[in-house]
Amino acid sequence: MNKLVYADNAATTKVSESVLNAMLPYFSENYGNASSLYPHGQNSKKAINAARVPIAQLINADPSEIFFTGSGTESDNMVIRGVLNSVAAKNKGRNHVITTKIEHPAILRTCEAMAKQGFEITYLNVDSNGVISLEELENAITEKTALISIMAANNEIGSIQPLKEIGEIAKKHNVLFHTDAVQALGHMHIDVQEMNISLMSLSAHKIHGPKGVGAIYIKKNVFPDPIITGGGQERNRRSGTENVPGIVGFGQAAQDMIDHMEEDNAHTAKLSKRLMEGLLEIKKSVLTGHPTNRLPGTCSFAFEAIEGESMILMLGMKGICASTGSACSTGSLDPSHVLMAIGLTHQNAHGSLRLSISKYTTEEDVEYIIESVKEVVAKLRAMSPVWHE
Amino acid sequence: MYSEKVMDHFTNPRNVGALEGANAIGEVGNLKCGDIMKIYMKIENDVITDVTFQTFGCGAAVATSSMATEMIKGKTIEEAMKLTNKAVMEALDGLPPVKVHCSVLAEQAVKAALANYYEAQGIDPVSILGEIPCAGDCEDCHVHDAI
Repeated sequence: MNKLVYADNAATTKVSESVLNAMLPYFSENYGNASSLYPHGQNSKKAINAARVPIAQLINADPSEIFFTGSGTESDNMVIRGVLNSVAAKNKGRNHVITTKIEHPAILRTCEAMAKQGFEITYLNVDSNGVISLEELENAITEKTALISIMAANNEIGSIQPLKEIGEIAKKHNVLFHTDAVQALGHMHIDVQEMNISLMSLSAHKIHGPKGVGAIYIKKNVFPDPIITGGGQERNRRSGTENVPGIVGFGQAAQDMIDHMEEDNAHTAKLSKRLMEGLLEIKKSVLTGHPTNRLPGTCSFAFEAIEGESMILMLGMKGICASTGSACSTGSLDPSHVLMAIGLTHQNAHGSLRLSISKYTTEEDVEYIIESVKEVVAKLRAMSPVWHE
Repeated sequence: MYSEKVMDHFTNPRNVGALEGANAIGEVGNLKCGDIMKIYMKIENDVITDVTFQTFGCGAAVATSSMATEMIKGKTIEEAMKLTNKAVMEALDGLPPVKVHCSVLAEQAVKAALANYYEAQGIDPVSILGEIPCAGDCEDCHVHDAI
């Protein structure tokens, strides 16, 4: 098997050539510690600060509001733990967080950990398209609410949340609004000012940057407690010697997004449309997530009477990389929490398939994927005791 | 994650499909847990002359069903009754711990088919086979994951 058709860009992306080239000198030549005062160190510091600029520009923030972390997960932890701890320290009454049932585990598991410490968490429902109800959100706010944390777009089904309207509600009730935009960055319009966002989690490796680098946008005058303490890097927000090559790579990836966002998203949207058309020709197949208001490259489906892991294995043998939310993939008895939250039956959720494409995906790739998925679905249905036409 | 044998049986499953003229059919598992196995047998003079399966499930579920049918084809009922999930697993060169329940399901599917055979003849299968543990409750099966 030599063919490789990578259709799992929501899991991670290929590091682009421009990003790799930008990073390389910071491994072997410009390796100084950014905290050192001599020029060799200060060059690293300059590179880090330069990387903040395009990231800030992508979300209409000020570069001083961007802080680098080790991952999107770390950024999410920093928000939930950091905000609650700082609020708890200052104002013991504010112990409530509102989030959703479809957040990434980085938010959900962290909320659960905070619940064990006595904080109260409200998990908002979503409709069958995977979108929250603004009314339910507003009704959930109490005088104890410290934070609203709602993802910008979902990693499994691509549905986009009404960030601007959520921001207005947060502002009206004087509550901090955090959005996990790890999956959304560069793929949809995000403006922290227009959307009244106070905190945002970001990650490099979803936009053709390197793994192991995340960032957090923290609005001026918002001070979550740091969760990693030490040498005081990142203006005391996140200690630990900076991952300079990674940060430089993140900056370059963000710059590439600024330069090519429109054409890249138009390309993925066009290919996604063809992919959806092609796969929805399969009998008893459904598109999961919002039919239109979704990330341009994230296509998610459910096929009746077959199981997702089997699909992934068979597609893998054909060189296609994809993912599923079936129970077998989650390592538990239940299929993905997202697919359950949008009301899929167990049967459909077990037969879920996510194909996420990028600027590197070609038309030929898409045709090959359509043909292969059709073949695999037919093969698995032929051996399924629950398949009836 | 899977052994070569598992991948072989998943990719080229043996004895797939419904079996015409089957006189013993057993189905275990449910849609909630994501695995359903159905085994069809043709039994003549206490010998399983033919056996096939249909499975809705993951790679391990398909492979264990396939292997189980191979292991009991041509065997007597008595021999098939002795098929254990452990033997199926060993024949597949092992399974990841989270997939052990698939082999349990395969053993149960064989027993369910044999139970069906006895029932059709008016014989209480429990007296011969004991209880078939899968009553559609996933927890029954996943308890075996601890093995």
